[in-house]
Amino acid sequence: MNLLTRFTQHWAVFLVAVAAWELLTRLAGSPFFPPPSTIAPIMVDQWFSATFFDHMVPGVGRMLLGWALAAVLGVALGILLGRSARAIAYLGPLFAFMRSIPPPLLVPFFVAAVGVTDMQLPTIVFGALWPVLLNTVDGASGVDATKVDTARVFRLSPAQWTLGVVLPAALPKVFAGLRVSLSIAVVVMVVSELVGSVNGIGYLLVQAQQFYDLPVMWAWIVTLGVLGYLFNSLLLAAERRALAWQPRHSLEAQTLATGG
Amino acid sequence: MSPMLEVTGLGHTYEAKDGAHTAISGLSFTVENGELLCVVGPSGCGKSTLLRAISGLIRPSEGTVSLHGTPVEGVPADLAVVFQDYSRSLFPWLSVQRNVEFPLRDLPRAERHERAEEALAAVGLSAAARKHPWQLSGGMQQRVAIARALAYRPALLLMDEPFASVDAQTRFELEDLLLRVRREQETTVMLVTHDIDESVYLGDRVLVLSKSPATAVAALDVPLGAEREQIATRASEEFVDLRARVAGLLQAREPVEA
Repeated sequence: MNLLTRFTQHWAVFLVAVAAWELLTRLAGSPFFPPPSTIAPIMVDQWFSATFFDHMVPGVGRMLLGWALAAVLGVALGILLGRSARAIAYLGPLFAFMRSIPPPLLVPFFVAAVGVTDMQLPTIVFGALWPVLLNTVDGASGVDATKVDTARVFRLSPAQWTLGVVLPAALPKVFAGLRVSLSIAVVVMVVSELVGSVNGIGYLLVQAQQFYDLPVMWAWIVTLGVLGYLFNSLLLAAERRALAWQPRHSLEAQTLATGG
Repeated sequence: MSPMLEVTGLGHTYEAKDGAHTAISGLSFTVENGELLCVVGPSGCGKSTLLRAISGLIRPSEGTVSLHGTPVEGVPADLAVVFQDYSRSLFPWLSVQRNVEFPLRDLPRAERHERAEEALAAVGLSAAARKHPWQLSGGMQQRVAIARALAYRPALLLMDEPFASVDAQTRFELEDLLLRVRREQETTVMLVTHDIDESVYLGDRVLVLSKSPATAVAALDVPLGAEREQIATRASEEFVDLRARVAGLLQAREPVEA
């Protein structure tokens, strides 16, 4: 399969949807639904002006930092706890409860606890932590008995066991958790900025809404979509690299390569 | 000089909610330096329990295990195991070469490399060093596991039904590979199997176990010489005779003076 057909396959439906959007909004002529041709120039202006550094960089920076902290914390704790049936027996119900709280609802709590100016980062960390943690626990506890015996027979050091066996064995689940956490981090970023912030995409979005500047509001919504797509694609690429050893992944690669 | 392995009065009982289960009981035998001992017993007779007790993975409820004169408490440093389930025993995220090198982390890099290359050459897998285990056939994967054990240079190599999960043709190849490699490297091997023919074909001696709880029924010498050949050896009178004796002992289950 050549590059052109692959590109078409990937984007055809998307492009048709954008065209339909343009057509329908133009026919409707409603001020609430500006066409994409009006939204796109505003987006370009947002991305290539001071707004990028004043609002997008701080907000997205907080999101990525919060997600990274949640990832490190979740993987480290998950590997540690996942190998102890007793720890899981004690902590499992608590974790399941914490995971069940819708992350945006944590915003009011953190506003009260740490104040409106500093609450974005802790809210993102707390919201993004649970999927990584629980998935890592699941992956770490699933290391099969033969590998445990093999590690013991060859007297692997604790570091070799943890980093060389448990972590790679858990990695497919870890990545599944990281993907869920990433989308949660984006949601919490925007919601925390809607509620109270001096900068960020959510802050500008709610401002545009209050001034009835609907094209700008729409531009921020589309920008959020673009950012979410971008980060998810980057994470998928990282996952493909890190899990290249997996039979399943290379099978996919073969299927893609041969067009089968 | 003490034997390589000395097992004395070994017994193990698993405690469970619905009563205790005695897997092995009053088992005594030795493995001499340089010997290949095959342990044969009916399925579920406690062979795995025996192997786990010898390798220090479980602490037996009774009796002692000594490796060249030292009592086994915990996994000994100079012991390696080849498991039946090669696909789970190997690490799928490491290349074949790195799988073999993985237990050798304490050695300098160059020596690790050299040992792995040597072991892979011994099992005829030099060309597959950069592949991942799952890209190889079952028989080749088990050869990787054997290479990993050889590179570790154990005083005693334990093998738990190592050829039970490969097809008959591959099985013959691997049996001959094992005979050649242990002759070249003078490895002491204890191999557990449920296959009577395999135990006679491979062993210098065959230890016959009874049904659960496993006790030693008899130990037979296998005077087939060092050079064995799949078709001729298996057709020889001595082989056929020995196979019949082992089969008879497995059925009789009564302790016999060997």
